[in-house]
Amino acid sequence: MKITPKEKFSNFCFILPALVLFLVFSLYPILRTFQLSVFEWNGIDKDMLFVGLKQYKHILFNNPAFWKSMWNAAYVTILSLTLQNGLALLLALLVSRNIRGENIYRTIFFLPPVLSGVVVGLIWKFVFDGNFGILNHFLANISFTQFQDFAWLSEIKTALSSVAVVHMWKGFGYGFIILLAGLQTIPTELYEAAEVDGADAWQQFKNITVPLLIPIFTIVSILTILGSMQIFDLIYSMTRGGPAGHTHVPITKIYEYMSNGEFGYSTAMAVIFGGVLLVVSFVQIYASKKLNYNNK
Amino acid sequence: MNMYKTKKTIVDSITHIILIAVAVTCIFPVFWMLSSSLKTQDQIFSKMTLLPETWNWSNYVTAFIKADFGQYFLNSVFYTVVGVFFVVLISSLAAYAFARLEFFGKNVLFYMLIATLLIPIPGVFVPLYLLLKSLGLLDSRLGLLLCYISNGLAFAIFLIKGFFDDLPKEIEEAALIDGCSRFGIYWRIALPLAKPALATIVIMNSLTIWNEFLLALVVLQDKAKMPIQRGLMVFQGTFITDYPLLMAGLTIATIPIVIVYLLMQKHIVKGIAAGALKG
Repeated sequence: MKITPKEKFSNFCFILPALVLFLVFSLYPILRTFQLSVFEWNGIDKDMLFVGLKQYKHILFNNPAFWKSMWNAAYVTILSLTLQNGLALLLALLVSRNIRGENIYRTIFFLPPVLSGVVVGLIWKFVFDGNFGILNHFLANISFTQFQDFAWLSEIKTALSSVAVVHMWKGFGYGFIILLAGLQTIPTELYEAAEVDGADAWQQFKNITVPLLIPIFTIVSILTILGSMQIFDLIYSMTRGGPAGHTHVPITKIYEYMSNGEFGYSTAMAVIFGGVLLVVSFVQIYASKKLNYNNK
Repeated sequence: MNMYKTKKTIVDSITHIILIAVAVTCIFPVFWMLSSSLKTQDQIFSKMTLLPETWNWSNYVTAFIKADFGQYFLNSVFYTVVGVFFVVLISSLAAYAFARLEFFGKNVLFYMLIATLLIPIPGVFVPLYLLLKSLGLLDSRLGLLLCYISNGLAFAIFLIKGFFDDLPKEIEEAALIDGCSRFGIYWRIALPLAKPALATIVIMNSLTIWNEFLLALVVLQDKAKMPIQRGLMVFQGTFITDYPLLMAGLTIATIPIVIVYLLMQKHIVKGIAAGALKG
């Protein structure tokens, strides 16, 4: 059937609302970010001062607070990749052993990811409180009395790790659900055949589960990296970057500069940070392809 | 009982002990929030009891009436319902066109849309703020809604298009021959058939919009327009020492989403699987 130009136009109307919103609220802001990053501008003045790459240079070489925030996000990310995903994998393996109550466990483990970052942050702020927090009370009960009045979120040594713990608490159920779905796609015949050949549980895990789970594991780790690097709600509701900037992460930094009216500077920071995220995910995808190939 | 059975029982018991321990740590903070929301200030500071001594429901009344929580709650309901409705309508229209219709620049547009799913856009709230400012939509309900709607579109189009692609074409062709318009086919045939995909989109976007905080922080100053997550931060600043009241507020912000989650688990898990596969 031949399609007339008039029909083509009326077909085009189907995507018009989506297209307009996409152009105005996605594409334009992305392009505008690059444009703004080469100007010094406070968001109010008519005049924008073109400064080229000066702000990029300043962020990269003269802004230790930015690097500190990057390191903080990296710290949370590394902990999540290892501890959180390790726990998610362990739990997925345990639940996929055809045990009773699989659905109940699944429902409960996915409860924290459903809650909002602000709610989770404020609940845990309460748990970590020095004076009446349940954590110190619990520690005192199992005779760790030295933590009485210890304010976990106000101490430089413990603030970031405390937030990281909450972040992992909130996130492990997400990895668990995806890994469990991945485990359930592995055909049971493979394990049965291995059993007949006399392979023990560890050999089955090493030679069947791990190789077949690599694509899923890549997805989980990319989601973990992107999610942890972009942590914001928890930081904002628990510490707002404090004590003395020790829990700042890139997004809270970008937000802080924007609130101070340094629009050009904060967009330059956003570009650098976005670039880092993009590189990290491409490296991750490349590495997993390589790994996958070698196993075949 | 033979050796094999004994071993299995032991392993199963250890498995359950580990799983139950983790499950308790998942539930306990939420339980603590609920329990604290029914205590008095005095009970929170001086006595650590699991359950409140007297069930102090008045915290909820105070939160709703004196602390503007009724307003925040209604705002969140409004943003979620209207936002989700338009995400579903606009994305399903576009997805139908991408799956079935011919138009100018179809492939280019589709790949552009998918590309925005892959590009990390952490700092985009800065230009978004400026854009809304120049459109006169800063600190307005419409401005926030437009951000929410456009945020949800790319993934929704991607998911619904996949679903439309798999539907058999014959029914639609028959309807076309009978004189049904393209829009009529979309509205009367394709959309009702796509209910499972639409349900997933509705649930995923409800969770996202209800829980969204950063955009609400950037876009809104006026307390009367704030959604509940944003309201909680204002609330926390105002009633900084009234913990039972804050816990009542947190509970109000949490209960609707937990109910939706418990009723719709199947769709949520499906949505996550679909979301993970896109990556």
